[in-house]
Amino acid sequence: MWIYEKKLEYPVKVSSCNPILASLIIEQFGGADGELAAALRYLTQVWTMPIPQAKAILTDIGTEELAHWEIIGTMVYQLVKDLPESKIEGTPFAAHFANHGKSPYPHDASGVPFTATYFNAKGDPIADIYENMAAEQKARATYEHLINLSDDPGVTDALRFLREREIVHFQRFGETARLLQEYMDSKRFY
Amino acid sequence: MNMNRKDFLRKIQELEFAVIELNLFLDTHPSHQQALADYNRLTQELMNAKIMYERQYGPLTNFGYAPSQYPWQWALTPWPWEDDYECKEDMACGYMKKS
Repeated sequence: MWIYEKKLEYPVKVSSCNPILASLIIEQFGGADGELAAALRYLTQVWTMPIPQAKAILTDIGTEELAHWEIIGTMVYQLVKDLPESKIEGTPFAAHFANHGKSPYPHDASGVPFTATYFNAKGDPIADIYENMAAEQKARATYEHLINLSDDPGVTDALRFLREREIVHFQRFGETARLLQEYMDSKRFY
Repeated sequence: MNMNRKDFLRKIQELEFAVIELNLFLDTHPSHQQALADYNRLTQELMNAKIMYERQYGPLTNFGYAPSQYPWQWALTPWPWEDDYECKEDMACGYMKKS
């Protein structure tokens, strides 16, 4: 069961219309290391986790990632919603507009559509948690690229928040890896 | 307490962020008593703030988590990606409104 809360986790206020920036930050809406891949990865891995701490952290971080997906979608939409079509023509956002209009859609910055092959659920807790630690670092790196590309102070502010969340999640997954290792080592003594 | 909607929402976002952060920490440190005390204190503060906010501005959550005035406020109040969600009372921040 999930409950929707009618607010963003972090306030978003884009500074101006900016179709170029929209076409870049959509990377985190539908890219390989984006928020949708993160949410589905963690929420899919939860069933086979052997210890309660791992079940909790995957459920909770997976849920937070959905809130981040909503933040990115909101920024993409706000960056283009008041643009006349004549101002979209000739920008990198035009290819997106041809198919999706002004609706966000999960594809990466070069237009490759989202696919479940971006993540795995291995049924092996160690393999899964190490995938997640790598995913958080890759997402952090993507946010650093996007922050360097952004010329909109409002978007940059939200990207900085999202980057910091990747670091916290990496930390929590690292602790989960240690707890899993302890659990597996302890079982050998039975 | 009569904050405008934007300030009130910001206060709730701040409280909820602290609670999320403590929640994740407690997931991997379930016996950390100080973190648990902080979580319980801030959760109570957040619950109180949400009840006050929802009385003034309509429900934040659906599916039985908050009652609604007439007519059904869940559908009719602004959504988070809309300009007037944060800016209902001080439209000066309607930065991209069509002129």
